Amino acid sequence: MGMLSRSPWVIHYDGSSCNGCDIEVLAALMPRFDVERFGVVNTGNPKHADILLLTGSINEQNKPVVLNIYNQMPEPKVVLAVGICATSGGIFRECYNVLGGVDKVLPVDVYVPGCAVRPESIIDAVVKGVGILEEKRAAFKAAGKA
Amino acid sequence: MSWFSGIAYILFAPFLGGIIAGLDRKISARLQGRIGPPLFQPFYDVGKLFQKETLVVRQSQHLYMEFFFVLMVFSGAIFFSGGDLLLVIFAFTMAGVFFALGGYKASSPYSFIGAQREVLQMMSYEPAVLLAAVGMYMVTGSFQVAKIIEYPHPLIAQLPGLFLAFFFILPIKFRKSPFDLATSHHAHQELVKGITTEFSGRTLALIEIAHWYEYVFVLGIGYLFFASNVWFGLLMTLVIFELLLVVDNATARVRWQAMLGSAWVVALVAGGLNIIYLMWMKG
Repeated sequence: MGMLSRSPWVIHYDGSSCNGCDIEVLAALMPRFDVERFGVVNTGNPKHADILLLTGSINEQNKPVVLNIYNQMPEPKVVLAVGICATSGGIFRECYNVLGGVDKVLPVDVYVPGCAVRPESIIDAVVKGVGILEEKRAAFKAAGKA
Repeated sequence: MSWFSGIAYILFAPFLGGIIAGLDRKISARLQGRIGPPLFQPFYDVGKLFQKETLVVRQSQHLYMEFFFVLMVFSGAIFFSGGDLLLVIFAFTMAGVFFALGGYKASSPYSFIGAQREVLQMMSYEPAVLLAAVGMYMVTGSFQVAKIIEYPHPLIAQLPGLFLAFFFILPIKFRKSPFDLATSHHAHQELVKGITTEFSGRTLALIEIAHWYEYVFVLGIGYLFFASNVWFGLLMTLVIFELLLVVDNATARVRWQAMLGSAWVVALVAGGLNIIYLMWMKG
């Protein structure tokens, strides 16, 4: 196992979520689930993060914010769309201001449906994301940038 | 012997410091009722950072952090090879200055405020460290670390006030609650990451390794207070570290005014009284 998969640092951004998924994300950090066992740290800084964890749908107001966070993250990076709103827009899909899921603006690597998402599926998604991170690392190295 | 232990510090302090950082995270997790990361997690983190892209705001920001790293290694090496304690403290201060300058240079509002707070932190801990050196000189008659270690009795017996002042500023050097103002290691995110906000990849890894050197060096100063017996000294250093973690998990963060005020009051009252007592004993 490479170093990347042992220390995934996550940045969590709440798009326009109802906070249901966000509470589950934070629950994953708490004693019952304790994702720090796997080296996961919830960092507030995009420049330190490896995984962008997005909850809630994308609308015109948060689109530039999401893009800004994504562009500030150093390669290799992975995007997780957590919750049904982040994967497709969910029940807000038909709203006049909602563009849809995260994949309207960013390349999403892992979709995690659920309303609200269970902490178990968030942990599962991070583990999947870590595998993709290693693949991207190999591609990044092959491109000779690191 | 003396230069040998200096070289041993340069080579092995990162491993020891990394394990100290790992123990820190493990014990903190247990104190919070969590299982916590593996003991070697800090090494995985730094290994990962070396594999990541290094984003640059300004090229020179890295130069400052490299100077921070070099001076941190230098001050620790002089300390462990038994050199002059004053030189050690001044080199250590210079390292802190370069760290703050790196934060200023990155010119983001978060790292800028972080750097300002770092300078305030240096103002807070400097009197206690300097007074500790002065107290050690008054007892042992030398600023040379090699001579201070040879003193036959534990220094803590004659320097309790100065030790209290030193312990009080330890959370600043370990970047822990209640004084973790400049860079926030844990879940506090009011300044994003303070000074290190704009650093990523290799430079961040370098900063992390410099902090490991710093941990070993600062605990080394703590060891000096108990240096008459090696095993007693090491045991007490461990106890200090454990107490530090309890304090970290039991306290909330304070404002900088409270940090500066309380650190100076403790240093000047407890440390100052201690020095007056020493002068009075010498007659």
